Amino acid sequence: MSGHLPVDKTFKLFIGGAFPRSESGHTFQVRTDDGRLLANAAKASRKDLREAVRAARSAQAGWAGRTAYNRGQVLYRVAEMLDARSDEFTALLRDSGLSDESARAEVEQAVDRWVWYAGWADKVDQVLGTVNPVAGPFFNFTFPEPTGVVVQAVPDHPPLLGLTSRLAPAVVTGNTSVVLAGEAAALVAMSLAEVLATSDVPGGVVNILTGDRVGLLPWALGHLDVNAVDLSGAPDDLSDEAFADAAENVKRLVHGDATAASPSVIAQFLEMKTVWHPIGR
Amino acid sequence: MNAPTYAPVPTTSVDEVVLEARAAELGSRSIKTSSKRAALHLAIRCIDLTTLEGADTPGKVASLCRKAVRPDATNPAIPHVAAVCVYPEMVAHAAAAVTGTGVAVASVAGAFPSGLSDLDVRTDDIRSAVAEGADEIDIVLNRSAFLSGDLATVHDEVAASKDACGDAHLKVILEAGELGGYEPVRRASMLAMAAGADFIKTSTGKIPRAATPAMALCMAEAIREHAHQTGRAVGFKVAGGIRTAKQAWHYLVLMGETLGTDWLTPDLFRLGASSLLNDILLQLGKLDSGRYGGPDYVTVD
Repeated sequence: MSGHLPVDKTFKLFIGGAFPRSESGHTFQVRTDDGRLLANAAKASRKDLREAVRAARSAQAGWAGRTAYNRGQVLYRVAEMLDARSDEFTALLRDSGLSDESARAEVEQAVDRWVWYAGWADKVDQVLGTVNPVAGPFFNFTFPEPTGVVVQAVPDHPPLLGLTSRLAPAVVTGNTSVVLAGEAAALVAMSLAEVLATSDVPGGVVNILTGDRVGLLPWALGHLDVNAVDLSGAPDDLSDEAFADAAENVKRLVHGDATAASPSVIAQFLEMKTVWHPIGR
Repeated sequence: MNAPTYAPVPTTSVDEVVLEARAAELGSRSIKTSSKRAALHLAIRCIDLTTLEGADTPGKVASLCRKAVRPDATNPAIPHVAAVCVYPEMVAHAAAAVTGTGVAVASVAGAFPSGLSDLDVRTDDIRSAVAEGADEIDIVLNRSAFLSGDLATVHDEVAASKDACGDAHLKVILEAGELGGYEPVRRASMLAMAAGADFIKTSTGKIPRAATPAMALCMAEAIREHAHQTGRAVGFKVAGGIRTAKQAWHYLVLMGETLGTDWLTPDLFRLGASSLLNDILLQLGKLDSGRYGGPDYVTVD
């Protein structure tokens, strides 16, 4: 008999580079389809959301100020760390009901996706930016800028690839993100948080909250310091008031596919800025 | 005026462990929503809105004063702050901007923030700031003399400064983070109060070790002891590192529980801060709208 006691992991939240418990102290149980208890996870409150948005806001300028090349390197590092822990993620996905083969395939796809978006970091400007013809002695450029702080209700299925396919294109250009992961994907999301925490991603660039997404989304939509909300994994029955609140500070509301990979997904989280510059002599 | 003469001040010893535990306990108290608005309004009324930068200009001071008089341009129901706190060079500009508004002008003086220049230079500095229109003077305690054990010099300098203030209120900054522990802070508090300070103040805000709740509790207990011994109510100002509304109401709780509600007025309690006011305004906005705001919705200072 080995003398080793099982060490059950406590799943917490990921805010500002740290792993705090929910301010509310609330948790929920994550179970397999056949009812086996996998773990307790933290149920984020609206105050946790407030703290996460604050962390994301204070990290945003610094992250956007890094060179595109550097952001690409950091995303590539995420792929490296995720790949190194592929067995752990495969096991987590098996627990969520996937066969060993499809679990392994999803982890590999997720690693590839981080690499793919890492490569886009220093290419987005060339592809989406334009030089516009104008009738005057001016250069006229349009170029993309990050929107700012994005709250993302990410799809629950597929858990790892869905989260990756929404998160990576949002942060690669200099946005910071507050991810609202659903209850079903909570363990995968928080394990990805551990990957991010060890991947040179500055604290606050990605924050991950688990638990009651339906309860948190109206607060996110009403928050005046949130610039965009990704509703890809959001329930359909959000109230009209929530959307009216979102309109107040002209939030960008985006919907997207759980598995799509495209520069147009990156563009969902960008604002296009046009400048006129006189042609000098 | 007769300056008090120095006599050794007995100092009650301080139990560090209990002090810190008590301060932490007071800091964990929750304020219910129904009391929050009153607490936030009180905090605003107690603020010394401060700018102490080498880059201060008359224009910057004028805009600070406008904000002091009416913190939220869109909401006249929000009270004005207690005072603006500036360098002596800016006192005249500040005084001109707040005349007749109820906002006082406080000036640091006396070789702020070190306090290390000739005493005559320091008292002249105080007199000129008062002549320019300062209602309140913030000086720093001579830590060099205090740490050398020359308590008589410390006492007499504070007394001389009080004399130079005339009708203006004197706040004595202990720079508690540099005194080396709670007991020296308690001793310095008693000394400053015995020498005639109208307020004692935690920090300059110019060193990294700023006000902590435990340090504030230590000084508040000294004020309580002084009031008990002499019957004189000395005011208390916390400063340095107070940026959030939550911190502000923790200090209000600490004051209320230690010195009683008599001290919860701008006459006896001040919060020295610059960015705190915006956070309080955001919290008030949250109470009104039920939604979280952000730095885009308050002024850039």
